[in-house]
Amino acid sequence: MRPFQYLKATNVAGALRAGRDASDDPSATAYLAGGTTLLDLMKLDVIGPTRLIDLRALASEHGTIRVDGDALRLGAFASMAAAADHPDVRERAPVIAQSLSLAASAQLRNMATLGGNVLQRTRCAYFRDPSWAACNKRRPGSGCAAVGGANRQHAVLGAGADCIAAYPGDFAQALIALDATVRLVGPEGARSIAFSDLHRDPKGAPHLETTLKPGEIVTEFVVPAARWARRSLYLKIRDRQSYEFAVTSAAVALDIEDGVVGEARIALGGVATRPWRATTAEETLRGAVLTEARAAEAGRAAFAGAVAQSHNAFKIELGRRTIVRALLAAAAMEVDHG
Amino acid sequence: MNDGTGSREPTSPGRRRFLISTALSGAAPMMGRIGPAEAAETGAPPAVTPGAMPTMAISLTVNGRTHRLDLDPRKTLLDGLREEIGLTGVKKGCDHGQCGACTVLIDGRRELSCLTLAAAAEGREVVTVEGLAAADGTLHPMQQAFIDHDALQCGYCTPGQILSAIGCVQEGHAETADDIREYMSGNICRCAAYPNIVAAVADARARMEG
Repeated sequence: MRPFQYLKATNVAGALRAGRDASDDPSATAYLAGGTTLLDLMKLDVIGPTRLIDLRALASEHGTIRVDGDALRLGAFASMAAAADHPDVRERAPVIAQSLSLAASAQLRNMATLGGNVLQRTRCAYFRDPSWAACNKRRPGSGCAAVGGANRQHAVLGAGADCIAAYPGDFAQALIALDATVRLVGPEGARSIAFSDLHRDPKGAPHLETTLKPGEIVTEFVVPAARWARRSLYLKIRDRQSYEFAVTSAAVALDIEDGVVGEARIALGGVATRPWRATTAEETLRGAVLTEARAAEAGRAAFAGAVAQSHNAFKIELGRRTIVRALLAAAAMEVDHG
Repeated sequence: MNDGTGSREPTSPGRRRFLISTALSGAAPMMGRIGPAEAAETGAPPAVTPGAMPTMAISLTVNGRTHRLDLDPRKTLLDGLREEIGLTGVKKGCDHGQCGACTVLIDGRRELSCLTLAAAAEGREVVTVEGLAAADGTLHPMQQAFIDHDALQCGYCTPGQILSAIGCVQEGHAETADDIREYMSGNICRCAAYPNIVAAVADARARMEG
């Protein structure tokens, strides 16, 4: 690791003040929460902040999980494990609990925060290994070694010639499917944005992954109550059964009345450059009876614009089938609408 | 770990680095970019001069004992435990959060000491495998179960397995063999002693709860 100065913030105001002391180089200072990606990438020399501001103490302000009115409020400094095991989360939005419990390992879930989870960086091997000269995400303008390289794990949706790295997370797919909102606090004050606006499309500037402003901190996720949130699940297809990133995954949520789909939500992981909502696939389901043929149509719609690389064409068919299985399993759920 | 501060021109990829970067690991940073410099208000320490990092005075509570240490801020809890305190029961496997060999209990929960800065563990209670046995030498039920079930071959992953297994039981995730396999998946055993590890955890759960 490169040398850095370590500071502990005791609250949000202190963290923002410490951030304002940062040097001119915006990449020189990083916030530290769970640290499970940050320290990993620092050891790999992918990133080299010269100042770390430890935000662990913010868990007392922004680490609780609660039901507020009808909405589910998830403090960004709650651990993945705390949210995955929380009874309200499991009952009101099983897709959230499952997306978290199927990610990483028990130790990592104890350490990693929800806010950090949605900001995790890609697992693209060329991004993670600085001995490769070309990576537009790591060194803007340097090219992309994954195009034409070993790209089995890379994206088939949302990719361009300058970056095909897949967004690796699971939790984000649940949040985007359920229309969650993100609360942020920064030097210019607090604001809320739709979760779907947090991540950027990589085209043109793959090194810029989010719309966070300099110094901003994620403080909370707000998930509105909805009938489909209770009939929801996360299906994750992996190369091994546990402790592995998704090859393909689907977060689905359904509202079904008398056998007819009222609302359908589908988000896809492992296949896209950012958290990915499959809105055209959702449209094929509204007002329909959910048969296997209808689910297959949704799968085809979701991947209509997919572009395969040299090693990942299989993800398109696997992704379609992931959607079919997830939709049929969600339709078969026994749901108590409380 | 790369401690170099000089520039490193890209070269052909080293095999080990490539393996590290392609193997899997878990989730979650909390990275934000911090904005332009403005007037300092915090009375923070002076700016960093690479190569001349000041050390930090911290105190670590490990196995009930407090240690006062003067550490490079880069020192991980794993390296601090092994090199500064001499607790070599905690093992360095991958050093990237992928193998679980460095698992310790922090405030009663299993976490990875390789992805924890020593400074960030200040004020928290750390337990290593050396802290499990009773004062009279009686082993923790999980330690005894690993012996009884021959749940190891080379033993390198074992301290991490044992601490992770204690966490697994305390979390309530060791009720079935399937649960044990799922919730112990963060601890890799190169000797593949997994069937015996599952048996040991199930046995120890009964002893711990009984």
